Amino acid sequence: MLRTFKKGGVHPHDNKLSRDAAIEVFPLPETVVIPLSQHIGPPAAAQVAKGDKVKAGQLIASAAGFVSANIHSSVSGTVVAVDNVPDAGNIRRPAVTIKVEGDEWEDGIDCTEGFRKADASLDGAEIIKRIAAAGIVGMGGATFPTQVKLSVPPGKKAEYLVINGVECEPYLTADHRVMMEKGEELLEGIRLLAKALGVAKSYIGIENNKPDAIAHLSQLAAGDAGIEVVPLKVKYPQGGEKQLIAAVTGREVPSGGLPLDVGVVVQNVGTAVAVYEAVVKNKPLVERIVTVTGKTLGKPSNLRVRVGTPVSSLIEHCGGLPDSAGKVIGGGPMMGRAMSNLDCPVTKGTSGILVMDGAQAVRRAPEACIKCAKCVEICPMGLEPYILYKLGVRNRFPEMEEYYATDCIECGSCSFTCPASLPLLDYIRLGKGEVMKIIRARKN
Amino acid sequence: MSQILIYTILTLCLLGVVAAVVLFFVAKKFHVYEDPRIDDVETMLPLANCGGCGYPGCRGLADALVKNDDITSLYCPVGGTSTMKRVADFLGKSAPEKEPQVAEVRCGGSCDKRPRISEYDGAPSCAVENSLYSGETGCNYGCLGKGDCVVVCNFDAIAVDPATGLPQVDADKCTACGACVKACPRNIIELRKKGPKNRRVYVNCVNGDKGAVSRKLCTVSCIACGKCAKICPFEAITVENNLAYIDPYKCRLCRKCVPECPTSAIAEVNFPPKKEAPAGGGKGGDGVAVKVREQTAPKATSKTDGLPVGPSGGEAGENAVQQA
Amino acid sequence: MEKKLIVAPSPHVHDSYTTTTLMRDVLVALIPALAVTTVIYGIQVLVVTAVSVAACVLFEYLIQRFMLGGRSTVGDLSAVVTGVLLAFNLPVSIPLWLVILGALVAIGVGKMTFGGLGRNPFNPALVGRVFLLLSFPVAMTTYPAPAGVDAMSGATPLTFLKEAVKNGQPLSELMPEISYGNLLYGLHGGSLGEIAALALILGFGYMLLRRVITWHIPVAVLGSMAVFAAVLWGFNPDSYADPLFHILTGGALLGAIFMATDYATSPMSKSGMLAYGAGIGIITILIRNWGSYPEGISFAILIMNAVVPLINKYMRPRRFGEPAKS
Repeated sequence: MLRTFKKGGVHPHDNKLSRDAAIEVFPLPETVVIPLSQHIGPPAAAQVAKGDKVKAGQLIASAAGFVSANIHSSVSGTVVAVDNVPDAGNIRRPAVTIKVEGDEWEDGIDCTEGFRKADASLDGAEIIKRIAAAGIVGMGGATFPTQVKLSVPPGKKAEYLVINGVECEPYLTADHRVMMEKGEELLEGIRLLAKALGVAKSYIGIENNKPDAIAHLSQLAAGDAGIEVVPLKVKYPQGGEKQLIAAVTGREVPSGGLPLDVGVVVQNVGTAVAVYEAVVKNKPLVERIVTVTGKTLGKPSNLRVRVGTPVSSLIEHCGGLPDSAGKVIGGGPMMGRAMSNLDCPVTKGTSGILVMDGAQAVRRAPEACIKCAKCVEICPMGLEPYILYKLGVRNRFPEMEEYYATDCIECGSCSFTCPASLPLLDYIRLGKGEVMKIIRARKN
Repeated sequence: MSQILIYTILTLCLLGVVAAVVLFFVAKKFHVYEDPRIDDVETMLPLANCGGCGYPGCRGLADALVKNDDITSLYCPVGGTSTMKRVADFLGKSAPEKEPQVAEVRCGGSCDKRPRISEYDGAPSCAVENSLYSGETGCNYGCLGKGDCVVVCNFDAIAVDPATGLPQVDADKCTACGACVKACPRNIIELRKKGPKNRRVYVNCVNGDKGAVSRKLCTVSCIACGKCAKICPFEAITVENNLAYIDPYKCRLCRKCVPECPTSAIAEVNFPPKKEAPAGGGKGGDGVAVKVREQTAPKATSKTDGLPVGPSGGEAGENAVQQA
Repeated sequence: MEKKLIVAPSPHVHDSYTTTTLMRDVLVALIPALAVTTVIYGIQVLVVTAVSVAACVLFEYLIQRFMLGGRSTVGDLSAVVTGVLLAFNLPVSIPLWLVILGALVAIGVGKMTFGGLGRNPFNPALVGRVFLLLSFPVAMTTYPAPAGVDAMSGATPLTFLKEAVKNGQPLSELMPEISYGNLLYGLHGGSLGEIAALALILGFGYMLLRRVITWHIPVAVLGSMAVFAAVLWGFNPDSYADPLFHILTGGALLGAIFMATDYATSPMSKSGMLAYGAGIGIITILIRNWGSYPEGISFAILIMNAVVPLINKYMRPRRFGEPAKS
């Protein structure tokens, strides 16, 4: 009997079209646009100005505050602008635009491909320092600065490290390919993370629709008692932090709490590999694996892309935008964000680019709620989406707090399952934001 | 048979008497004194319960009006000055005075002026759309056109015009309760002085991007060139954060700024059509200014639809009441 | 860029079912029972069902179009389901004008008065059925014997037993006369949908498979009925029938599987569903044994329908990571 989380969950078609496409190195673009806000928290402060020459891996913006992350240039070239640039949703945000000239890396960065073991003399504090310097953020899509997650506050203790290899989002295969092709690096990264946290036991949670990854990593980790691969039953949203912890350890993170409250820290496989590269090779986070996929796309692929590369060039590389395309999503279809601007850059959190057909992409017309209770049944957080939706539509935000809108993880299972096609999550997300504002106002 | 009837009637009467006595004492014991004037004041208010005054419904305001000695800070935007004066006279307090206001949607980005670059397919709510996207156009500041303001209006005074995709305020129905101002996630709607004869001049844009950027997104955006501020004889116009703003309390409605604006982002409402631009103005701006007038003229007539228009008509009468 | 992309908040994919497909699955689940009853009672079964469905759909359409003045939603098949369920609650010999009247009450009073699909507090088909039962008791309780079965003709097994208990006959003498096989295959008197126990269970299986409903309500109804009946039967088998008899007769299966699980009128949380089902089971046995009607599941469901808003308010699902109540 495979493990999974108990409460709720749905089963969207997984459509992993690019599961067997080996990671390709995407060629350098002509210009890159590196947004200063690629993480949760305040945008980083730019350290370069128009006209500056930069090398790949050079710090171009430094973390502004505790929950923030450094940003490095992903290419070598000349800064042509430090300005507001439209993001995927056409909202203008600060970014550094660099014209690419050659591919020259900052001194001290090891760009070779070979695997090396980490220096055993490194201590936890030094590892965290290097991670912070490299600007690593959660690469599953949440983009929470990694060094913050690794800093265990006094009074709390981490017991387990759980590595998220679930990739429960349909279509996406970036993590899957990383596990297949970067297994050694991944395990070394896990060991470094475990050392930084001071935990003895790490689990890698993988859904059993990736049997090759489970077998491959189990074999690699066979000699290491500190790392265990845990095959999981396929169920969305197993990649959610709280759901993954419940599935792997059986522990429930308390409502409003953090994973550390139950002694667990969760990191994505992509993050673990980035940690390996930062600590062992001194290489900051300037590139990532992006799945470019879609049923009508010519060549669904997994690409290794420099941060800042325009999304349109990725789509072009994979066969070009089909005429029938109606929607392009940054991330997976359940939680990803539809793009209105394809010239926007790949960021640290871009796990995938999904091209959907027009017919597939249009929502069904909403009907009346028939109180079928399906949303209540599948909500992995045990909420009552139908009530939250009704309150949200009527702008009754204070009442939404009483129905725990803040517990919502925005996984989208409710909207996915609703037979009446109601935009449940749209209004719950709106209400969640408003409730957060109410809570903040009360604290002040 | 008759005995049963008698007993029934007697029992019921007795029960009634006992209940009455109990209720009498209970009512005495738990009596709460409430100023009877609150009821009177409440009936003087419009009873729309819109919350525009900041109190929960008309009774809330009535309660505050009776209990506070100084009521100059309390104001019912729906009833306006006349209602407040009646209430104040009734209570023997001095009436708060405020000039009548009207909600103005400060965005001119209609479908032909602001190209749509994407198609929004989510929940029909500006707030939802605004939380994720710039909207269907590239403008990060302009109207989203999903009508959150329409939903909250209690007075049926605002509606999205299908031709322009923008909400239009019916100045006669608008009570300036401010519900739409709060509902608009982009703070486009502003309560502005209604002005003599309902005449107003305002900057019909809230875009805070640099001129070079906003001009590309929308042909009628304010590009913060500052020409209007320079020509204004009354220093009513300020340019801040890439956006011009006309202070309604300083503006004397001379309209010198209107033809000056290179993107015709300044709107004038309810002015009679001008024969000739009086004060020179920019040569290039002239043609544009005419366009503005054409654009706002039908708007003006539609606003006063059904009412006698003109200086001696209903508007003047209304103003007289407001000035009283 | 010339191409206008569609944008919308996540999620961007949707599960395949809609209100219409759910209703269609309910209809499919009802087909075996309809087929068995048609074999047993003849073609009149299809006539009653067709009239009921047609009347329900027509009334819903007319009310939506001309009284509410909106777009009609008869396409979602919910009126068809109501029509079939109403027919399943009627005896085959019922005059057709009564079927139409029942449909009017079911749709007009039971459903549209409250705003249509999803807003009705009471199961519309049961509102129609109970209205007919109270207004036309004779027509509603005259059951012709199925062809080829002479035992207990003209009465349902429950009426048969109720009469016996009234006359002081000990049940232990009568029970051997009742064949559970006949109850399972539908060879006994009763309304259209209640007689074919096996076919109804088949429909339940189909709905579970298609995930139209969860097991909670039917199991809670039947389970609580069985437990309560077993206690009484163990206490005095001469006055009280055994649990299996109760479950197989009087529309208990039809009620538990198809009527109590009606979406709009059943609770939202799992715990609420169990409490609601248990309430229905207990009230049914109470009515059957001590009420004036031989069978009581329709009334039990309607009574529990009224409690559903309260259940929804107080029996909410357990949140993930909810602190244990101290």
